[in-house]
Amino acid sequence: MSDHTPLLEARAIGKSFLGITALDGVDFTLHRGEVHALLGENGAGKSTLIKILTGVYQRDNGTIRMDGEEIFPASVADAQALGIGTVYQEVNLLENLTVAENLFLGRQPRRFGMVNKAEMRKRSRELLSRYGLDIDVDALLSSYSVAIRQIVAIARAVDLSGKVLVLDEPTASLDSNEVEMLFDVLRKLKAEGLGIIIITHFLNQVYAIADRTTVLRNGRLVGSRALEGLPRMELISMMLGRELQHITRDHHAADEKVAPSGEAPIRFENFGKRGSVDPFDLEIQPGEVVGIAGLLGSGRTETAFLLFGIDKADSGTATIDGKPVQLHSPESAISQRFGFCPEERKTDGIIGDFSVAENIALALQARDGWAKPISAKKQKALAQEYIRSLDIRPADAERPIKFLSGGNQQKAILARWLATNPRLLILDEPTRGIDIGAHAEILRMIERLCAEGMSLVVISSELEELTAVAHRVVVLSDRRHVAELKGADVTADNIMHAIAGPTKTEAA
Amino acid sequence: MMNSRNLPFLATLAIFLIAYALCTMQFPAMFSTRVMGNLLTDNAFLGIAAVGMTFVILSGGIDLSVGSVIAFTSVFVAVLVGKLGVHPLVAFGLVLIMSTAFGAGMGLMIRFLGIPPFVVTLAGMFFARGAAYLISTESVPISHPLLDAIQGFYLRIPGGGRLSALAMLMLVVFAAAIIIAGRTRFGANVYALGGNQQSAELMGVPAGKTTVEIYALSGFLSGLSGLAYTLYTSSGYSLATVGIELDAIAAVVIGGTLLTGGTGLVAGTFLGILIQGLIQTYIVFDGTLSSWWTKIVIGILLFVFIALQRGIIWYSNLRMSRGGGKGALGGVA
Repeated sequence: MSDHTPLLEARAIGKSFLGITALDGVDFTLHRGEVHALLGENGAGKSTLIKILTGVYQRDNGTIRMDGEEIFPASVADAQALGIGTVYQEVNLLENLTVAENLFLGRQPRRFGMVNKAEMRKRSRELLSRYGLDIDVDALLSSYSVAIRQIVAIARAVDLSGKVLVLDEPTASLDSNEVEMLFDVLRKLKAEGLGIIIITHFLNQVYAIADRTTVLRNGRLVGSRALEGLPRMELISMMLGRELQHITRDHHAADEKVAPSGEAPIRFENFGKRGSVDPFDLEIQPGEVVGIAGLLGSGRTETAFLLFGIDKADSGTATIDGKPVQLHSPESAISQRFGFCPEERKTDGIIGDFSVAENIALALQARDGWAKPISAKKQKALAQEYIRSLDIRPADAERPIKFLSGGNQQKAILARWLATNPRLLILDEPTRGIDIGAHAEILRMIERLCAEGMSLVVISSELEELTAVAHRVVVLSDRRHVAELKGADVTADNIMHAIAGPTKTEAA
Repeated sequence: MMNSRNLPFLATLAIFLIAYALCTMQFPAMFSTRVMGNLLTDNAFLGIAAVGMTFVILSGGIDLSVGSVIAFTSVFVAVLVGKLGVHPLVAFGLVLIMSTAFGAGMGLMIRFLGIPPFVVTLAGMFFARGAAYLISTESVPISHPLLDAIQGFYLRIPGGGRLSALAMLMLVVFAAAIIIAGRTRFGANVYALGGNQQSAELMGVPAGKTTVEIYALSGFLSGLSGLAYTLYTSSGYSLATVGIELDAIAAVVIGGTLLTGGTGLVAGTFLGILIQGLIQTYIVFDGTLSSWWTKIVIGILLFVFIALQRGIIWYSNLRMSRGGGKGALGGVA
């Protein structure tokens, strides 16, 4: 084997689910002794690619070669036998077993048919000492920190597979010391010639540990580049797309004169929660769309959770019309006439088996309290009204909502909140996973609502979308509000600069 | 090192020792090998069934069919031996094969049809009870020289106690189970499945095979328990041992095994059986208490233990969230 043969080489990988393309002709090459960061926003296809490489899914087209020979990983165990080991962020080892039991589950050393505990203990200690870990291997895994669990998981995966190590968001719940400890381990493995694929959304960490990056966007390959000498700005634009500059923003020019002034009716001051989002100030005028931009994990959704009372702020105040209000639960936010369409529509938004009418009536019912039930007849009338005005298809109020397309489900959730006549509507990724036609309709609807005087907060990773609808854009990075862009300054370039900006010096 | 997972077991041990000490303070005669020997004999069939239940619960499941399988086994053996003149050993072998296959069948349904264990074994409970009624609704007496020999056999233990064949059988089953749970790959897989089935499968635990084996083992031990019950009562009766699976579950939980699976010890179940036996013995010694007090005390103990387990989980979560990461980092060389 020459050193020029890639360790793992995927060519033109394609995969679709129920007719929806998740990956389209993606190439990926990993060399020995390389740490390779796989980057992209939600839905870019990172996890689909990883699952194909690790045997969870099988590819529809393309080839995967390992050391030059084509492989077809059919299951996780199969991929492991081929030399590809995976460490997932959450689903991982077993907390109810000891460290040693976790390391040797399924392959315990045996003597006379019995598990040889002394041998297992000895070998566990030897294995972990190579990672600089000297811990009691007879203690339960749950008694150790996440960082140590990760290293135990890595030790197991490397011991089992030994050629390629895939790490899916390994640092998401680690503090900076622990990240450094993990990176030391990765550097050591890299020096031993292992190929490491890492998925993370912390760009600082990408620059700190990775040699190369491959960026995916909407299931397609954007590019694969060496990180050395790659400007941060360019990396961000690869992740978020660069065709955005051409979008016309004629409505912003018109908005300059409408730009509301005076006392803001909804005002958050020094609002924040430790470990979630640093305290921020935010004012929202009636008839204004405030966009929230930032990379995955920058605190976008966390901001929405704070505004809607899902997470309780531990600092700051919220005032409406000059009066302080408590936002300690979604219920209290609803009583202030707030509405929230969450990012995970299928799990957090719709109730799949309920009809369209029931789903629409839900928020109204919650506001009125359960003592005053909305009659089926009223529900139906309400649903019909919104089915007509929002053009929800099929126009059947009785159909279980799970049978509707993503775009129509999103419209029904919008209708749910519109029925409560909200003052502030928070939309988290309102157009994710819906088709182009519905996409445009939802953007038009946002414009119409704000023209009617409603305040909206729109969170989106599509810069195009933000620049099209938002009067103002708040930019987040590393769980902080780092910039606020207004009027003509709301451009994709400015947003990307703001995302890259505050940490640019560190990276250089 | 002291694991928090052994805490419920130690708590049970402490409760048993304190309770036994209190009992002997009131009735000194209770502190004798004779009482202990009888306690083991009287609870042998329950203990054997509870061992199977321990494996099932450790894996995160439940087996409600135990009592019905015991009744079926006992009435089936009684009819075979008492009415049809089949040799007891042949009948024993046959019935153990049947009960094991029955358990394996339930395991297959749980695994491959994806039906929750509660529902499958509930169906199994009705099925086995119905089959027992079908054979006979009468109490069928059973007598055979071999059975008489087994019933009459005992080892003398110092202090005048007798260790009966049934008590020995239970002790052997417990000893074997402790080794299987703690020292075999099968045992490790049971704990792994109970901890998190998805993780266990990703780590290569053969979940299907293990699930079938677990319920087959519970079926086998239910059958064995049925044989012990037949020997204990010298008869087979299809109305017997109704709800005995709940006593077995109680013994497992009192013994410190988490009902959610993944944590517990077979030895804990043995303590759970001893505690139940101790309460019954105390009531016999007292002579004035209604035997229903057994149920009341067991009810209270269950509440105490579930609260204790919650408390331990709550405490360890609290400890982890309170800078557990930093603390554990200290362990890094």
